[in-house]
Amino acid sequence: MNERELLRQMLRVRRFEERCVELYTQTKVRGFLHVYIGEEAVATGVMAALNDDDSVVATYREHGHALLRGMSARSVMAEMYGKLTGCSRGRGGSMHLFDKDLNFYGGNAIVGGGLPTAVGLALADKMQKRDRVTVCFFGEGAMAEGEFHESMNLAELWQLPVLFVCENNLYAMGTALRRSESETNLPMKAASYEMPAWSVDGMDVLAVADSARRAVDAVRGGGGPHFLEARTYRFRAHSMFDPERYRDKAEVEQWRERDPIDLLLAKLEVPDDELAALEEEIRVEVEDAVDFAENSPDEDVADLMTFVYSPSSTVAGRLS
Amino acid sequence: MTTISYREAVREGIRAALAQDDRVFIMGEDIGEYGGCYAVTMGLLEEFGPERVRDTPLSESAFVGAGIGAALGGMLPIVEIMTVNFSLLALDQIVNTAAALQHMSGGQFNVPLVIRMTTGAGRQLAAQHSHSFDGWYAHIPGIRVVAPATVTDARWMMPTALADPDPVLIFEHGGLYNASGDLEDIGPVDLDHAAVRREGGDVTLITYGGTLPTAMSAADTLAADGIEAEVIDLRTLRPLDDATFVDSVRRTHRAVVVDEGWRSGSISAEVSARIMEQAFYELDAPVGRVAGKEVPTPYARHMEQAAIPGVDDVVAGVRAAMRGE
Ligand SMILES: Cc1ncc(C[n+]2csc(CCOP(=O)(O)OP(=O)(O)O)c2C)c(N)n1
Repeated sequence: MNERELLRQMLRVRRFEERCVELYTQTKVRGFLHVYIGEEAVATGVMAALNDDDSVVATYREHGHALLRGMSARSVMAEMYGKLTGCSRGRGGSMHLFDKDLNFYGGNAIVGGGLPTAVGLALADKMQKRDRVTVCFFGEGAMAEGEFHESMNLAELWQLPVLFVCENNLYAMGTALRRSESETNLPMKAASYEMPAWSVDGMDVLAVADSARRAVDAVRGGGGPHFLEARTYRFRAHSMFDPERYRDKAEVEQWRERDPIDLLLAKLEVPDDELAALEEEIRVEVEDAVDFAENSPDEDVADLMTFVYSPSSTVAGRLS
Repeated sequence: MTTISYREAVREGIRAALAQDDRVFIMGEDIGEYGGCYAVTMGLLEEFGPERVRDTPLSESAFVGAGIGAALGGMLPIVEIMTVNFSLLALDQIVNTAAALQHMSGGQFNVPLVIRMTTGAGRQLAAQHSHSFDGWYAHIPGIRVVAPATVTDARWMMPTALADPDPVLIFEHGGLYNASGDLEDIGPVDLDHAAVRREGGDVTLITYGGTLPTAMSAADTLAADGIEAEVIDLRTLRPLDDATFVDSVRRTHRAVVVDEGWRSGSISAEVSARIMEQAFYELDAPVGRVAGKEVPTPYARHMEQAAIPGVDDVVAGVRAAMRGE
């Protein structure tokens, strides 16, 4: 992916997320909302390394991942509006974006809960001799969960084609890394499972893209699972219910100086009119998504019980 | 007809599935080289190799979750969890992902996963290896919960479970593995319907899994006194086939539910509530319940036996129902 495209993708995510925050304050979007502002370079760089039929597992902070993987802004926005036209019919909301056609497996809002799924997807690929890689995103907070450790061990034991991407934004809600991990060198934890693991500057999209390319190629080449720590920072609150008592404004400001979009812009020297055109194109895309969501129908309440079981299941029609 | 053990019947169900469909594989703790902690999978490693008979580390959450992922990726995994107690370490994967994924993805992802586990008391294994959380799991929409009580069901529930597009949990009562019975060649079990194991017109005994033999013995004892019990094996705890037991109660006008699980919030409570909802005016006596005592299962044999439903308890429960109590 060329550098201009990386810029475009990061900007898309940024503007989409900013709009989500506005819509939240206008009570158009409800539930928990976790935005990716500040962290865009991570998913942008990693997704650039994937093939179309690779699989992605993400967390509840996944609007960006969904867009970057190719889901339309319309289907994501409509999902946040809880509309029938949303990717999950409005049943999942912000935290549960899925797209079967894109092998996008969500959207898991249990911290660490997606890792075993990623291991299993990679197992299926290996057993069926498919040339696919599964990428699993999670925050550093997940590394304190048992599911993280169980999954790392299993993936390495079975030499599965999975790339674990830790988005280390230094805080799990209000808990700083040093307050939750006795060992804060995260790649070392993965390395203790014999897994190739390294860190990358998660604010530098070119560095992320380069690291991810190397890791994905190694996984695809039969090198077994890999672990990548992307050092990043979230500029906004954890969710919309976070007074941010646990960190200094000065710290946030310091990190904002390393805004991944600004860093790339500084390298690329994009002419003002080109940037303005890009911003306008993105504004149109986002507003189109908002209009689409606004004008979409709700799911019929009569369908509440559908998809608890598969339509083809004999259970489906007979629940009381 | 051949006579085999319940253990062999379960194994035969797994073996046949592995032989018939390349997408099927089994994984779990000590199922391969060790031969299975209850020897159910003995010999399968030798027959199908380590790719398809996969020993896992002690990581219930990861390998159950890996089963979910593998199912999403086109395989038909059978996951063995040693006992229901250890399945609690995988509850997140079972409840938050396997059961919820289809609905929360708006119908995009179904999870054709089979999870088998041993359940139940009676073998002096004390409070961390003896519980029956079958009813607990039956609380969860999005999964199917089944419990083979006979050798034939042990053999023939597996193909139905594997054909199911959604997660199926199979509960095998540990007290049944050594039981022998006639293996009938019935083909895949209809998991949508309960089975009438004994016909009778005086009272309906409703049970499943490990307490079916208890209920059948009680029915024999009662028959000697001229009380004919109809014995219904639920087979599937979710979704419940209430039509079969409600129809029976409409004929017998009395019902006693036998369930090894703790009484509060149990399957026996659910069955009883449904009878009340659907056949209240048909009843000549309150619905009786013979359930597990609400204690962590004790080790000492006499204490353990006192904690779980026995034949005498069932007989007493039926006699009370006959008196209208
Ligand atoms: C198992 C579990 N425990 C707690 C929570 C509540 N929770 C949601 S996000 C979060 C912090 C996670 O931090 P991290 O993994 O670093 O990801 P980030 O939010 O920073 O992207 C917590 C504690 C949860 N969703 N799941």
